[in-house]
Amino acid sequence: MSHVLLNLWTILAVSAGVFFFLAGTLGLLRFPDTLTRLHALTKADNLGLGLVVLGLLPQMHSASAMLKLLLIWLLVLFSGAVVGQMLAEAVRRRELDS
Amino acid sequence: MNSEVIALGLNFLLALLLLGLAGFALLTRHNLAAVISFMVFGLLLTLAWARLNGLDVALTEAAIGGGLTGFLLLTAAIRLRPTEETMQQHMPKASTRALAALLATTVSALLAISVLALPSPAPTLAPQVMQHLPATQVGNPITGVLLAFRAMDTLLEALVLLLALLGVWSLAADTAWGGRPGIFPQQDANGILAYAARLLPPVGIIIGGYIFWIGADHPGGKFQGATILAAMWLLVVISGLRDTPPISSRSLRGWMVLGPLIFIAVGALGSLFAGHFLAYPQGYAKLMIVAVELALLPSLTLILGLLLLGAPKRPVKS
Repeated sequence: MSHVLLNLWTILAVSAGVFFFLAGTLGLLRFPDTLTRLHALTKADNLGLGLVVLGLLPQMHSASAMLKLLLIWLLVLFSGAVVGQMLAEAVRRRELDS
Repeated sequence: MNSEVIALGLNFLLALLLLGLAGFALLTRHNLAAVISFMVFGLLLTLAWARLNGLDVALTEAAIGGGLTGFLLLTAAIRLRPTEETMQQHMPKASTRALAALLATTVSALLAISVLALPSPAPTLAPQVMQHLPATQVGNPITGVLLAFRAMDTLLEALVLLLALLGVWSLAADTAWGGRPGIFPQQDANGILAYAARLLPPVGIIIGGYIFWIGADHPGGKFQGATILAAMWLLVVISGLRDTPPISSRSLRGWMVLGPLIFIAVGALGSLFAGHFLAYPQGYAKLMIVAVELALLPSLTLILGLLLLGAPKRPVKS
């Protein structure tokens, strides 16, 4: 029974994660300027990947595999935040120059 | 049955995406767009190798094919930016382009034909490798092949990288010879990049060391580990926290040749005690392999990082 519940959790969480990835991609393609596109992208990174990782956790067989998954999420969160800031900074500098 | 169909569809989609990206990288006129699509191509190729269960190849592709080569091409594209427009106006003649296309297509077609003409199942030495693997005392057959059965190839590979770096350095202007490679960027010491360069390297060093160490028994190894370590070093350099060392530095050169020298020394020990060059004495194989890998790790990290930083540009102030 608990097995079924865990599988159900995986399906629900990963599907929700995929939804955020799709929405983020749509925003990236459709939003008018760089800053709003960045905003859409970070939602895909943070929430999308986060939900996929949370959904996959019960499918892991060892605690170390779970920790590795969480570490991957944290690293992507961190690099996403850094790259987002740098891109936004570059956009602002270009606007100030012109 | 159902999951097989899904897997087949996924493989098909992946192959289609790879072909599309490859085509885009070739056809686009913008250097930067071509380079970025090549990097994405590398990431997807990593996925393809992972789906083929070639995890060692996947790791190498992600680290070297996508990451390292991508960085190299990215810096080249940025450097070519000022001349890109004039280059576009001086396109080669249509006949020249047609000839180039014909040549490239012929080579691709010949490659495809020879791959398809391979007997099925393909000739393999895998059973022999698995049979003799216990003698090397390592659990990962890839590491066994790279450092025991084909150790000569790996030694030459390390030497080729060293020679490539010498080639890059030889492009330096006479006044800059012996100086520091790269342009020291004046970045904000409190900026977000400097913050990342302070926070990420401790994590990256542990991950690089882990991938290096686990290579004995699982996918991983010195090349992938060294690439991650080199990336951490480059992050510190690019953020402006630390300058690059001058290439005339004795200790830098010492660390660079340490790995190859120890590799050659281990090979010579083999000639003395086990019959021929690079043979490992019975019972000491694992120890020798770990010694060679451990010595190669800092050398490869420095060589890969310096390859990306390019020729020395700033003379050392005397």
